Amino acid sequence: MWKWIQRQASPKVFYQTCNRLIPWFFWPFISLLILGLYWSLVVSPADYQQGDGYRIIFIHVPSAILSMMVYAVMAIAGGIGLIWQIKMAEIVAKVSAPIGAGFTIIALASGAIWGKPMWGAWWVWDARLTSELVLLFLYLAYMSLNSAFDNPRTAAKSSSILAIVGLINLPIIHYSVKWWNTLHQGYSVGTGGIKDPDMQIALALMFVASILLYALLVAIKARTEVLIREQNSRWVQEEVRSLMS
Amino acid sequence: MTKRQNRMVLVGLLVTGVFLAGYLGIKAFSENLLYFYTPSDIVNGKAPTEKSFRVGGLVENDSVKRDGMLVNFSVSDNLESIEVTYEGILPDLFREGQGVVASGSISNKCVEQTCKNTFIATEVLAKHDENYMPPEVAAALESQEVKE
Repeated sequence: MWKWIQRQASPKVFYQTCNRLIPWFFWPFISLLILGLYWSLVVSPADYQQGDGYRIIFIHVPSAILSMMVYAVMAIAGGIGLIWQIKMAEIVAKVSAPIGAGFTIIALASGAIWGKPMWGAWWVWDARLTSELVLLFLYLAYMSLNSAFDNPRTAAKSSSILAIVGLINLPIIHYSVKWWNTLHQGYSVGTGGIKDPDMQIALALMFVASILLYALLVAIKARTEVLIREQNSRWVQEEVRSLMS
Repeated sequence: MTKRQNRMVLVGLLVTGVFLAGYLGIKAFSENLLYFYTPSDIVNGKAPTEKSFRVGGLVENDSVKRDGMLVNFSVSDNLESIEVTYEGILPDLFREGQGVVASGSISNKCVEQTCKNTFIATEVLAKHDENYMPPEVAAALESQEVKE
């Protein structure tokens, strides 16, 4: 088992695995995205209070969940890199950061667009919105710390510690609507807040599509990162030569 | 201990320390993280009545009175309620029975010997709940409630 993991974590095998997985992430993502958008915008009925405006939930909720999930993956991969010094875990953590920051920005922006007509304000400083904004700053801090070092190992070490420290923000974001009075509404997912089966299907489709998008982007970016880090090894030079010709 | 176990312990300590610090921090700052106070908080004296703050709750049924741009309504948390006065544009979702968060301050309005606390709002935001359903389902749920 340990041998198998070590083999998977060698740069060359990892690169080939990424290569193989990309189409397996790409096509399901595209089909689920199209199906999910159709289900969100056409099949699902309008809401009894918010009319069609509620449909932004199908973008907002998956990206908000992903923004936290990606952070957890990033911190755990960073921790694995720290303890077992697996280079590929460092790469997964590093390439996850901008993707997670992207999901966070989508969640914040879609929430603001939703908030203006429904609440009457683009932004309020309640616990949920503020902690999600802190999450964005954590991603940005991680990215700048990671790029502040010339040596990728040192960069991975210090930024992984930052990522692990920032983990505390995840339960705060999740429980903020329960612990404190917030303008943001409580949980809809997992509490039966979404009453219509078509709405549930649409949200599930968009959620799975978002996970696939994350996996796809990690595979693509990790592949490039491996080539950059291993640029002096023979197999990379051969690979690049065969790609160029 | 091998080097790896050593690192494992260090990472473990880091995680524990961070979560402990987070827990204590949240316990200490909990009060400041409240976005709004409920009408019960105001009655029980928990709200900072000397400065401006926010009050949240449901708009009571049949309490909304409009006079041009001036709106009067009561906000309740099913235990206590407070009268709110606001002049301005209300969000689309503002309606009776829906959640609102109003920011402003308390003033004591006296009309012929009887004094009543009124909340003078400078901003009113609508707070929607976590339920999403088509109108038919909402109507069905409502009629079910009436039957019960």
